[in-house]
Amino acid sequence: MRIAGYGSVADARDVSFTFNGRVLRGREGEPLAASLLANGIHLVGRSFKYHRPRGILTAGSEEPNALVTVGEGAAQEPNVRATTLPLREGLVARSQNCWPSVEFDAMAINDLAAPFLGAGFYYKTFMWPASFWEKLYEPLIRRAAGLGALSGAPDDATYEKAFAHCDLLVIGGGPAGLMAALQAARGGADVILCDEDLTPGGRLQSEQEQIDGVPAQQWVDRTIAELDSYDTVRRMPSTTVTGVYDQGTYAALERHHGRGSSAPVACFWRIVAKRAILAAGALERPIAFANNDRPGIMMAGAVRSYLNRWGVACGERVSVFGNNDDAHRTARDLTAAGVHVAAVIDSRHDAPTSTEFRVIRGAQVCNSSGRGRLDAITLRSVAGEEKLQTDCLAMSGGWNPTLHLTCHLNGRPRWQRDIAAFVPQTEGSIGAVPGLEPVGACRGLFTTAQALQDGAEAAQRALEALGKTAVAIDVPQSETDAYRITPLWSVPAHSRAHGKPSGGFAWMQGRAWVDFQNDVTVKDICQAAQENFASVEHMKRYTTQGMATDQGKSSNVLALAVLAEATGQTIAQTGTTTFRPPYVPVPLGAMAAGATGQGYTPRRLLTSHAVAEDRGATMMEVGLWYRAAYFPQQGESNWRQSCDREVGYVRSAVGVTDVSTLGKIDIQGPDAAKLLDFVYVNRFAKLAPGRVRYGLMLREDGFVMDDGTTACLAPDHYVMTTTTAAAGQVMAHLEFVTQVMQPDWQVRISSVTEQWAQFSVAGPQSRALLDGLLDGGFDAADWPFMSCGRVSIGGVAARMFRISFSGEEAYEIAVPARYGESLFTALVAQAEALGGGAYGMEALNVLRLEKGFLTHAEINGTASLHDLGMEGMQKSDRPFVGQVMAARPGLVDKNRGRLVGLKPRDADQKLTAGAHVFDPEDTVERINDQGYVTSVGHSPTLGHMIGLALVSNGLDRIGDPVRVVDHTAGLDVICEITDPVFFDPEGERARG
Amino acid sequence: MRFSGLRILREGLTGNRGWGPHWRSPDPKAEYDAVIIGGGGHGLATAYYLAKEHGLTNIAVLERGYLGGGNVGRNTTIVRANYYLPGNSEFYSHSLKLWEGLEQELNYNAMMSQRGILNVFHNDGQRDAAVRRANAIINQGDDAEILYRDRLRAMVPDLNYDNNRFPIQGALLQRRAGTARHDAVAWGYARGADQRGVDLIQNCEVTGIRVEAGQVVGVETRRGPIRAKKVAMAAAGRSSQVAAMAGLTLPIESHVLQAFVSEGLKPIIDHVITFAEGHLYISQSDKGGLVFGSYLDLYASYAARGNLPMVEHTMEACVAMLPAIGKARLLRSWGGIMDMTPDGSPIIDRTPIEGLYLNAGWCYGGFKATPASGHCFAHLIATDRPHEAAAAYRLDRFETGHGLMDEEATGAQHNLH
Amino acid sequence: MRLLCPICGERDRREFTYRGAAVAQPAPEASAAEWHAYVHLRDNPAGPLEEWWHHQQGCGAWVKLRRDTTTHQMLDPLAGQTPATTAGRT
Repeated sequence: MRIAGYGSVADARDVSFTFNGRVLRGREGEPLAASLLANGIHLVGRSFKYHRPRGILTAGSEEPNALVTVGEGAAQEPNVRATTLPLREGLVARSQNCWPSVEFDAMAINDLAAPFLGAGFYYKTFMWPASFWEKLYEPLIRRAAGLGALSGAPDDATYEKAFAHCDLLVIGGGPAGLMAALQAARGGADVILCDEDLTPGGRLQSEQEQIDGVPAQQWVDRTIAELDSYDTVRRMPSTTVTGVYDQGTYAALERHHGRGSSAPVACFWRIVAKRAILAAGALERPIAFANNDRPGIMMAGAVRSYLNRWGVACGERVSVFGNNDDAHRTARDLTAAGVHVAAVIDSRHDAPTSTEFRVIRGAQVCNSSGRGRLDAITLRSVAGEEKLQTDCLAMSGGWNPTLHLTCHLNGRPRWQRDIAAFVPQTEGSIGAVPGLEPVGACRGLFTTAQALQDGAEAAQRALEALGKTAVAIDVPQSETDAYRITPLWSVPAHSRAHGKPSGGFAWMQGRAWVDFQNDVTVKDICQAAQENFASVEHMKRYTTQGMATDQGKSSNVLALAVLAEATGQTIAQTGTTTFRPPYVPVPLGAMAAGATGQGYTPRRLLTSHAVAEDRGATMMEVGLWYRAAYFPQQGESNWRQSCDREVGYVRSAVGVTDVSTLGKIDIQGPDAAKLLDFVYVNRFAKLAPGRVRYGLMLREDGFVMDDGTTACLAPDHYVMTTTTAAAGQVMAHLEFVTQVMQPDWQVRISSVTEQWAQFSVAGPQSRALLDGLLDGGFDAADWPFMSCGRVSIGGVAARMFRISFSGEEAYEIAVPARYGESLFTALVAQAEALGGGAYGMEALNVLRLEKGFLTHAEINGTASLHDLGMEGMQKSDRPFVGQVMAARPGLVDKNRGRLVGLKPRDADQKLTAGAHVFDPEDTVERINDQGYVTSVGHSPTLGHMIGLALVSNGLDRIGDPVRVVDHTAGLDVICEITDPVFFDPEGERARG
Repeated sequence: MRFSGLRILREGLTGNRGWGPHWRSPDPKAEYDAVIIGGGGHGLATAYYLAKEHGLTNIAVLERGYLGGGNVGRNTTIVRANYYLPGNSEFYSHSLKLWEGLEQELNYNAMMSQRGILNVFHNDGQRDAAVRRANAIINQGDDAEILYRDRLRAMVPDLNYDNNRFPIQGALLQRRAGTARHDAVAWGYARGADQRGVDLIQNCEVTGIRVEAGQVVGVETRRGPIRAKKVAMAAAGRSSQVAAMAGLTLPIESHVLQAFVSEGLKPIIDHVITFAEGHLYISQSDKGGLVFGSYLDLYASYAARGNLPMVEHTMEACVAMLPAIGKARLLRSWGGIMDMTPDGSPIIDRTPIEGLYLNAGWCYGGFKATPASGHCFAHLIATDRPHEAAAAYRLDRFETGHGLMDEEATGAQHNLH
Repeated sequence: MRLLCPICGERDRREFTYRGAAVAQPAPEASAAEWHAYVHLRDNPAGPLEEWWHHQQGCGAWVKLRRDTTTHQMLDPLAGQTPATTAGRT
C-alpha cells in the first residue's frame, strides 16, 4: 500500500515490471522489494531446506529471504536481493528454488518431514548400500539444494576493474560517514567516500529526524553539495567495500545501474588508503519465536524504511514486537502516516508507553499463523495468551554494529553488555585493522548526535595522522534519544504452564527460526549442543547456521546467544565465528574483469608473427608466446607432412625459424666471466671474444635449472641465451646471484629478450643464403663452429652466432627487434630460392630429437646432471651454484632415470611421450617401472619414430630391449635402448 | 549409539531428544601410553587407527582449539589418487581405498562422492605430462583415462574450449576420485576414536615437549603436564612450532592457501575439474556452492587469510575456463596454513628423539591423505616401523637426495609446490 | 598487500616475487650438512621473519624485508641496508 506524500520516489516515473509472470507497476529507482510490498506481495521465495514460504525481511543487502532470479538467457542472474535491486522499466524477476510456483511448491513436502531432517541428519544416514550415494541420494540432494540457477551460457556482461588511492577512505554514507568525510575534506585530505546505497544519508533516509533544525534529508543534501565542491573528494555511491586486506588495501564493488546494455555492469575496485573510517552502521536482528519465518514478519527498521523512504506501508494492521526503544519508532511513524498499529509488544516491563497506540509491556510474541502470509500472532504475557489479528509484524531484537570489516584481518569483536551486542575491538589489539577507525553505530553509538560527533572526531584524528592541518569541528544539533535494550533472544513455544514440548506435530509447531534461509531453528542449535557440537564453530558447521548467502548477518548473534543458553555459557565466552570477506557476495565476473576469452593473460607475439600468419602457419602457445608450429603448403593434409618437409629443408637445403622467444641476457662488466663461471657448471672463465659455449646451470638444490649458449662479444661483454621456458627463472636467478650472493662483483645484467629478434638459418645451404644476405658477403673460414661476431645486413648492425640446435651447419642472426619482420621475410625468401624455407616448432623438435638435444621435456625440474649424462661437464677446481647439493648421493645414484634414446624394434611402430618403460619379462605394474618416455617424434631422416627416455640405469643398458607401455594409447611395444644421439653422432655436419 | 535411517525415524517421532554426544569431553589424565598433538583430520584418524588396528586405547588427542578446526575444516574437499611419483602413488592409492569403505566403517556419512576428477590440459607438453601421469596411476592399479576434446566436450560441455587464451586439448579423468564432506571426516574419526576409548581433549594447547636423555616422556599443556611414552605430532600448519618444542628444525615453511565458495546454485558442475593453466580447481558442493581455489598466496604466513592478487587470479581463471559462472557470486573466502616442504611431499617418520613421531608437510594435499595418513602414522607409532605405503615419507630424504618426490618439479623452494 | 622497494617506493604485492626466508648462505666449500640446512631447513617463525622479495615486475631489485608472518605487518624495513639495493643500481 502506497502512502501519499511519503518517500523519496513519490515523484518518480511509474514503470511496469514482471514478477512470476504477473505484470505489475512500481516506481523507477525503488527497490524491487518496495514495489512488491506496494502491490501487496509478501511471498517472494522459498527457504533452502524445508521450502517454507519466505517474504521480505529487511530493506538492505543483508536480506536472507527475498532472493529472486532476474533476466533471461545469458543475462539470467540468480540470487538477486529484491531489497537492493532498483526497479526499472521492463524488469523481469521470478522466485527461485520452488516448483511449480512459489505459492505451491512441491518440495514443501520437506517441511512435513522436518522431524527427520534436523541438524546434521545426513551424517547419520544414506550410507547403505555404499554405491547408492552417487547413484541415488546425492543426485536427489543436489537437485533439491542450491538456490537460483545459472543459465549455462557464457556470462555476456562486461565488468571493469580499477585501482584508486587516497588519504582517507570513508566507508558508509550515513550521518557518521558524511560527517567524517566533510571534516576530512575541510582539512584538505584526499577522500574517497564509498556508500553501499545509491543515495546518501544512510539510515537518515529511513527515519523522521531533524538535523540542524531542518529535516535530516536537507542536511544530507547540503553536506553532499559541500563535499562535491571539493576536488579532493570522490564520492562513490552504489559501492560496497567488501574486504580489507594488508597495508590499507580495500576491495570494493561498484554497481552501475541503468547504464545501457553494453556498458560495464560493475567495477571491482582495489582502493589503497592511508587511513580509513568505517561508518557502516548497524543491522537489526530478529527474535526467535515459533513460526517467526512467515511472510509478513519483518524487521522493524525495515518496515520504517519502506514507509519513510519508499512510501510503502508493509501492512494495513501492523504490530510491533521488540525489546528496545528503537522498535517504538516504527509504531510512531506508522501511526503518523495513518497506518493502523495493532499493538506494540515489548518484552520489557519498563518499556515506554504511548497515547497513540497500544503498548503491551512484559509480553512476548510466541507464535504466528497465516497461509503464505501472516494473519495473526499469539502473544503471551502474565495475563495469558492472546491472539492478535495482524498482517505485518515488525520485530526488533536489537541492533548489531556492522563491524565485519574490522574483523577481516583476524580481529575478534568484544561483547558490550549495555547494548547487548558485539562491538569492534579497540585499535591496536590483535587482529585490528591498522589505520581503520570504526565510528558511530558500527561501534555501538546509536544516536544520530553520537554518530555525527564520532565521525567528525575520527576524521580529525585521521587528519592529524596524515599530517594535515585540522580545522575546528562544527557538529550540527540532532537526535539524542538514548537506545535502551533488555536482551531477549528466543521465546519458548510453550509457556511452562502449557507443558513441555514433545515429538511429531507439536515438535514441528514449536520451531523458531534463527537462520531463515538455511532453515536453522532454535531446536537445531540445541540439538547440536546436545550432541556436543558445543563450540560455536562446531555448531555453525553442524547446523549450517550462518552459511547462507547473507553469511549470517541477521542470524549470527542470535544463534550464538541461543547456543550460549544451551551450553550454560555467556555470550562473550561463546564468542563468534570468523568474519571473512567478502562483506556482500561479489560476482566472479567483476573480480575477473577482462579475463574472459583471450583476455586471461597477455599475448607475446614475435616480430615474425604477422608474416607467419600470412603464410598460413598454425600457431601454438609457448608460455605467453605464440610460435609457428608448422607452415602447411598446398596438398598437405596433415601436420606430419608439413613437418617432414620442413625437417627436409634443414637436412638437405636451408631452413629459417624464429628463435626470439629464447631468453637473452646481456652481461657486462669486468667480473662478467666470473659470474658465468659461478652460475654454469662448466668452465667459462677462459671463453675468448668471438666464441660461444654451451652451458648448464643448476638450481641451489643441485638439480638442473636450464641450459643454453653464452657468447663472448668482448672481454667484459657476454650475451647469454636461456630456454624459452626458463627465461624468467634464469633472469631472476642471475639477479639474485649478482645482488645477493656476489654483491661485490663488478657486473651488470639486463634482459634483452624483447630488444633483439633472432633467427636461425640452418642447413647445408646456409652459407649460400648468408653470402647473399650479409653486406660484403660471407666467408665460412671466418666463422668456425661456435663462433660469434658482428655483421651488417642492409646497413643494419647485427650479431651472428654459429650455433646449432639441429645438428646442421647453422647460424643465428640477431637484429634489433624493429628489423625482425623484414629480416624474417628476407631470410625466408632467400631460403625458398635455395630449395628450403621456413620451419616451425614441430620440425625444430624433430631435428633436436634426432640429435638428442635437450628441452624442458628432459630438463624437467627433477633431472640431475647425472640423469642427463652431463656430470662430466662439472668443473672441480672452482665453486658453482648447486655444486655441493648436486653431489648428494641420491642425485648420482646409478638407478636413477638416465637419458637414453629409444627406437622401436619394428620401424612402423608408434611411440608416445608419457609411456612408461619396463623390462620385457616384467609385469606392467608400478614396482617394475623403469622410467618413462620424455619426448617422441617421427624422424623422416631415419624413417621411424624415435624417442628420448629417462630409464633407470639407462646408460648401462644401451642395446637392451625394453617394453614401452602407454595404456591410454593402447601402446605396448618393444624398443631398443640407444644412445640419445640418433643422427650424426660425431657432429661433422654442424662443424661443417 | 549407532546411526541409521531407522534411528532418525525413531528420534524424529520422539522429539529428537535421544541424540547423545558424538564424543565425550573428558579431562586429561596424568598419563597416557601415547598422546597425539593435533585434533585435526590426521590426528583424529591416527587415534582411530591406533585404537582400532593396534589396540592402543589409553591414548589422547590434544587439540589447541576445537576438533577439526584446522585444514580438515578449511579445504576444497577433493579426494583423488592421481600422483605419479613412486612413494606418492602407493600412498594415495592406499588412501583412496580406505576412503571407499570409510563411511560404513565409521558409521558416519562423510558424503564421499566419487564424481570423478578431470585434470584439463591445454598444450602438448601438458598432454604428455598427463599421459605420463595416467600411466603411472594405472600401473599402480588405480583408474585413469585420457579424454581428448570430443569426449571431454561430451562429458563437460560448458568449458571454454575455443575462445580461450589457452584452448583446451583434453583431460585426465579419474572416475574414482571426487569429494567428501570435510568436517564430517573429522567428526566421523573423532566419534570412532571416542567410542574406542580415546580421550579427545579440546582447548588443550601443548606448550612443551618433555625429553629426558633423548627419550620423550610427555608434554606440557595449558591444562597441565601429561606423561606419555610416545608423542606423535600431527599439527600441520603449526608443525614447525610444535617440533621446535623438542628442539627440531623442520624442512617446512608455512604458507597461506586461499579457498573460495560461491552462493548456492542449482547444479552446473558435476565433476571436480582442475586446469593446468592457472592452477584452478573447482567443484560444486551438494549444497550448491561452487568450491574452488588455485595457487598459494606464495608468501610465508600464519594469518589464515590471504590477499587480493590471488583472489583475483583465481576468479580470472574461473571465467576464462568456465565462462558460464561469471554471474555466480563469491560468498566467502578463507585461508588455511600449509606446511610446505622442499619437494611438495609429506613426512611420516620417526624423529631423532626416541618416542617422538612426526606427521607433517602435507602442503595442500592433506585432506585426501587423511585416512592413509592416520593409518600409516598409527602403524609407525605402534610398531616403530614405517607402513609400506608410507615408507618413502622419510625425514632424511632432503639431506641424502634419495627418494625426493617433487611432483611439481619446481625444486627445493618451499612455496613453489 | 603493499611492499616497500627501496628504489621504487611502496608498490603493490603483485609486482613482487617471493623467495622465502633470508637465510645466510654457507661458503661454497661448506659441508653438505650446512648446504642442506640452508636449502631445506627453516625456523619458520610465527612472528617476525626476514625474507627475500624480488621486484621482478619492477626494477629487478632483490629486497630483504622484515615482516610479521602472523599479521603481515612490515616491520622496520631493512631497505637500504641490503646488498641488493646498493649493488648494481648506482
